[in-house]
Amino acid sequence: MAEEIAKRAVDDQKAIRFGALRVAEYRFFSMIKWMGSVIAYGLGNPILYLVSVGLGIGALVDAGNPDAALGGVSYLQFVAPALLASAAIQGVMDEVTFPTMDGFVWDKLFFAINATSVSARQIADGVMIVALGRGLFTVVMYVAVLLAFGAIPWASVLPLVFTSMLAGWGMASVMLAITARLENDEGYFAIIGRFVIAPMFLFSGTFYPLELMPIYLQPIGWISPLWHATQLGRALSYGMPLELWLGVVHVLFLAVLGVLGMRFTYPKFEERLSR
Amino acid sequence: MVRTKASNREVVISAKNLRKQYKDFVAVDGIDFEVYRGEAFGLLGPNGAGKSTTMKMISSVSQRSSGDLAILGKEPNTQGPEIRAHLGVVPQKDMLDRELTAWENLFTYGRYFGLSRAWLKNKIEELLDFAQLQEKRKEKVEGLSGGMQRRLAIARGLINEPEIVLLDEPTTGLDPQARHILWDRLFRLKEEGVTLVITTHYMDEAEQLCDRLVVMDKGKIMAEGSPAELIKKYSSKEVVELRFGTDKNEEAAKALKGFGDRLEVLPDRILIYSKNGEELLAKVIDKGLHPITSLVRRSSLEDVFLRLTGRSLVE
Repeated sequence: MAEEIAKRAVDDQKAIRFGALRVAEYRFFSMIKWMGSVIAYGLGNPILYLVSVGLGIGALVDAGNPDAALGGVSYLQFVAPALLASAAIQGVMDEVTFPTMDGFVWDKLFFAINATSVSARQIADGVMIVALGRGLFTVVMYVAVLLAFGAIPWASVLPLVFTSMLAGWGMASVMLAITARLENDEGYFAIIGRFVIAPMFLFSGTFYPLELMPIYLQPIGWISPLWHATQLGRALSYGMPLELWLGVVHVLFLAVLGVLGMRFTYPKFEERLSR
Repeated sequence: MVRTKASNREVVISAKNLRKQYKDFVAVDGIDFEVYRGEAFGLLGPNGAGKSTTMKMISSVSQRSSGDLAILGKEPNTQGPEIRAHLGVVPQKDMLDRELTAWENLFTYGRYFGLSRAWLKNKIEELLDFAQLQEKRKEKVEGLSGGMQRRLAIARGLINEPEIVLLDEPTTGLDPQARHILWDRLFRLKEEGVTLVITTHYMDEAEQLCDRLVVMDKGKIMAEGSPAELIKKYSSKEVVELRFGTDKNEEAAKALKGFGDRLEVLPDRILIYSKNGEELLAKVIDKGLHPITSLVRRSSLEDVFLRLTGRSLVE
């Protein structure tokens, strides 16, 4: 018996631990193949935004009287927290939606992974790790461009990375729970893009303070992860006045999404993979 | 590990009253079987017999509804990952990563088991040789033929040097030549002493590869034994197949009553079971019956299945 165990190629303990990291390793390994487009997208997107928003709208706003509405910062500094948070959200979305559909529906890769010592829960965690990694990568690229344009001071880098990743985590978690429930595509991604992501981007106080909106439209912002992250980012990066309790609400809102999303993700992954 | 007293062979899979129910549908309805180390064990039955469901329970991903199941002496409901660390699973749909090359598919899969990169590099060479895919190592999965993809899926299933290899319908969808290549590879595994569990609805595959098998139908086990034992028990040595034309088979069957040990009338042909087929065919012709075509062959598992269920395996 002892001899038999010694002969075994697989070490049980090694195989069972760190399954999530192995799922992530696999995805990163595959990602190298389209690293070029990941980088091009990561750099191209912020450059386009900065040129159009910064040089266009920014010039217009800054030429007027920004102090009143924006609290005395440049327009780019005002929109930077929102742009970064939405970049993080976009980054994580790409990694929770498509790979999950591929895993369960298209190529059914999750079933192959689950045939190894990796558990359903570890697969979900692995997807999440990759999503956060991709989100972080996108944010870092964005920050680099912002710094290069002189749009934000160095001191605001860490607070902005923190708030945008918080938004990314909350959103990734919720979207993973939803995508795990899809039995087929049926235009779901188009619907999410048009009716969730686009309105969220437009109604979350991204380009102007949410308070300028009529009160009946403001609730769209209140339930949007983007708004919470943006407000927090503005407070932390350039000292936009924010009451402490409201800051706590912003953090809690995003953290609750992050925790609840995974709570609903695990059982669905387990159920689907054990059918 | 568990050893049965009678054979003193090590039991690697043991199922007792195993049952799986999906809502109102009972896919596996209380089956018992044991698989011994080093044997090739088959689950033979038509589509929908419950073979794949049984396979999913053995692969420790799908939980049983009731009954007992032990794999390598462990409980799959609670020790799934520990068990799966020593299983090799070759699913019916290959589930290979199309974006990756043959080599990369093996490498990334091996990493799931926590195997080191250096160890894997050697192992992959060995497996590419075994699967006859050395020349295709840098080819993406999309560029491989169906038979090559299946061989790659088998190689992937062997990456962790599993104690039991589970093959779900290994040659379904392959052309005859690819099937023979695959059988040859599986036979080699068998010779190396790897425990194989194979589901199939092809009787020739079961006869070629399985030391022992269970015949399944509608979620139940109808019979168990080696192919030869089953044929001996449920069929005669030889079979005479007669075709009189679709409308005339029934009528001819009446005239053939009493011929051979047993008679089966199928929509397209009549089967007569007998120890000596040629002798029986001569008697039929002596009686003045003239079938359009006639064939004398040895009994197969197909005949066993027909006897047990009254239906053909492939319908």
